[in-house]
Amino acid sequence: MALAIGDPIPEFELPDTEGRRWSAADGSDTGATVVVFTCNHCPYALAWHDRILEVARDYADRGVRFLQINSNDAERYPRDSYEAMQHRVAGEDWPTPYLHDASQDVARAFGAKVTPDVFVFDPGGRLRYRGAPDADYQDPGQRAAWLRTALDSVLAGGAPEQAQTEPIGCSIKWRK
Amino acid sequence: MRTPDVELQWWEGCPSTETALEQLSEALADLGLPGAGVRTLEIKTEEEARRRGFVGSPTVLIDGRDAVGPAPDDVPGLACRVYRRRDGAISPTPDPHDLREALRRAAEREEG
Repeated sequence: MALAIGDPIPEFELPDTEGRRWSAADGSDTGATVVVFTCNHCPYALAWHDRILEVARDYADRGVRFLQINSNDAERYPRDSYEAMQHRVAGEDWPTPYLHDASQDVARAFGAKVTPDVFVFDPGGRLRYRGAPDADYQDPGQRAAWLRTALDSVLAGGAPEQAQTEPIGCSIKWRK
Repeated sequence: MRTPDVELQWWEGCPSTETALEQLSEALADLGLPGAGVRTLEIKTEEEARRRGFVGSPTVLIDGRDAVGPAPDDVPGLACRVYRRRDGAISPTPDPHDLREALRRAAEREEG
């Protein structure tokens, strides 16, 4: 079952591409937490990738923590293996950790459906936005506007008017 | 001009099928081939993807050939296909210009 607006962030602990472990609790002293389920090979995730990283950079000094998580079944999709994730991060400039959800338990706990699937939590760890980064994966000029609006609302102590949008992307590749 | 055989292969895990069908319809209309049908084929299993050489959804076959050609690292399987548009942008569907050009070449090809 998917998280509902107002639900607390699920507990988890996952490794990033350098082996450092990250948990939901690590964010208790941050202004907000953004969790993005993503992957290496989905055209929607790739099309939105730079926009999401730009938001992470723009909000870093406002205490916003970004976590990107890959939950795809790496046996069926080797391009989403831990090694492939490490290779990708080594060759790119990521301002966010890229976490490996090998058991897929975290994706299930969030109710993530596709890549990308964006979840924004307020400083108290409550879900305030879930959905797509913006209205059009083909238009970089959108600049992840829905995500930015949600963060601005949360950082101002409120809740975004648009709390949910339909996440658009490739279905998460569940193990069979 | 002859009417090329057009098949759209798709997989349910990608939301790009409708967009690809619209692009094909527009391209066929632009070429004066509005009556040319587009056959659709759902790829349901990994085995079927391997057997058909399906490297991702959507894949457009024109006269049995991949309309834009797979990328070197594409491997058969149930996945969403990554395309590059002419401006370099990543896209889940082919560049409409590439589709139109592939259809035009096929339509102008001699029968035989």
